Amino acid sequence: MTEPMVRSAGVHKNFGRQEVLKGIDLEVQRGEVMCIIGPSGSGKSTFLRCINHLEKVDAGKLYVDGELVGYEQRGEKLYELRDNEVARKRAEIGMVFQRFNLFPHMTALENITEAPICVRGLDKKAAAERGRQLLARVGLEGREDAYPRQLSGGQQQRVAIARALAMDPKLMLFDEPTSALDPELVGEVLDVMHDLATEMQMTMVVVTHEIGFAREVGDALVFMDDGVIVEAGPPKDVIANPQHERTKAFLSKVL
Amino acid sequence: MSSGAETARTEPTAAPADLPVVPVRHPGRWVGAVVVLVVAAMFAHWLVATSALSWNVVWHYLFDPAILTGVRRTIVLTVIAMVIGVALGIVLAVMRLSQNPIVSGAAWLYIWFFRGTPVLVQLLFWFFLPTVLHSVSVGVPFGPSWFHTDPKTVITQFSAAILGLGLNEGAYMAEIARAGILSVDEGQTEAAQALGMTRLSTMRRIVLPQAMRVIIPPTGNETISMLKLTSLVFAIGYMELLTTAQVIYGRTFQTIPLLITASLWYLTMTSVLYVGQYYLERYFARGATRALPPTPVQRVRARLGLGGGAAKGADLPTSTLLVGRPHR
Repeated sequence: MTEPMVRSAGVHKNFGRQEVLKGIDLEVQRGEVMCIIGPSGSGKSTFLRCINHLEKVDAGKLYVDGELVGYEQRGEKLYELRDNEVARKRAEIGMVFQRFNLFPHMTALENITEAPICVRGLDKKAAAERGRQLLARVGLEGREDAYPRQLSGGQQQRVAIARALAMDPKLMLFDEPTSALDPELVGEVLDVMHDLATEMQMTMVVVTHEIGFAREVGDALVFMDDGVIVEAGPPKDVIANPQHERTKAFLSKVL
Repeated sequence: MSSGAETARTEPTAAPADLPVVPVRHPGRWVGAVVVLVVAAMFAHWLVATSALSWNVVWHYLFDPAILTGVRRTIVLTVIAMVIGVALGIVLAVMRLSQNPIVSGAAWLYIWFFRGTPVLVQLLFWFFLPTVLHSVSVGVPFGPSWFHTDPKTVITQFSAAILGLGLNEGAYMAEIARAGILSVDEGQTEAAQALGMTRLSTMRRIVLPQAMRVIIPPTGNETISMLKLTSLVFAIGYMELLTTAQVIYGRTFQTIPLLITASLWYLTMTSVLYVGQYYLERYFARGATRALPPTPVQRVRARLGLGGGAAKGADLPTSTLLVGRPHR
């Protein structure tokens, strides 16, 4: 059996005295799209941020591609990784944010080429060439020189996806990628994500409120509430036939 | 681009246009304008007619070699002190935002001390330091030294001026740079880190370029203030612009004309700084607005009908608006 892309065992996270994650156990297989749904404050975004170590795990173990996140185990001790080692691991995981977080002082193309040049040491011409291809892939050819503020929300989010793809990630994390978008722009972003899942077989963890997307594209669905996984399973089953009261109550509100 | 919105604005709404429109009258504005013009005319007349200002003396000394040397020295002092100040300020700002309490504490202490004492005191302090400190050496702390020197040979009027002004400026610039860094959204750092960028390159490539938008206007302020602050070095006898003027009027007693000469130079230098700041701000504003407004030069060219080739890219919609209506 191959090692899953993400393996979480008893992951806990506290913010001050508040316990946000109370023991998360899950596995994301290679090439799988896992959608995490749940009410706001349920800890789903926090868990996602733990995967690339934007948040530190307080207890439990989290593995990406068989390697511990943020630490190295030598004998009986865990050694915290240095900044540049953490950075190197993050470079292999793409992340797309709710508020896009594009760099406003750079053009669309520069946003995409920045990390390949700065982190991977790619030469400028090759990076630009690849950047153009990626922009075309997300349906934005010809917008290379536009600054983020000259683009619509949906276009910005597609640039953000291209920016993450430029690092050839083995795993993509999406933190509510369509929540900040006007309703008519949601579709164009979901289309790109759909394309990633089906054409590129990208392993994806998607925190979302788009139940339709979870049902059609997701291979697994997790419902989180109050820092725990309440229910998990194939999306169609969970959505059509939820077992827990809390899942039923949540789905009845969002469907 | 944004041309859609622009054209909509230039086309007058159709409905009430059939009837003549009477604009609102502003009699108060006319009265105010007349008062201001009369006072201005009186002042201008006094400037020209009075003999007290002896303009011929002002002109005579304006390009006097001693005054020009003073101007050059003022510029050199300002530039070096500001370069030290900005570099030191950014380092101190990053230190203050460090998680290490010793490092951030040291930066806090530095800022506290250098902002808390008058610059004049600091200038005098550096100048008179050699009277109490007879030897400075570089080597292993509490161990052998490789190099040592007598401060008397290092501290001149010029180097004391640079030290006093530059180190003081660093403390002020630190707070300006810190404000700039804090103004950049947390999400920018997160996005850069998620891409695998290190802290240093995140700061250099992502945070600081955006912080510059907030840092530049107060830095322009500081530079202008520094230009005039350099006149304080008269206290340690360094001959910059004002000291030179003072020396001359001390000899000729033409106090007011020479002060006017110096003021004209200060105004000229400040005006040059305005232009520099304008273009610097424009550079760092790239991406901050959908379309940058045209520069004054572009505006004049557009009005004269030369705008076609000069205004390009993002500037085009706005500059065509100034000509009248978009040509298509």
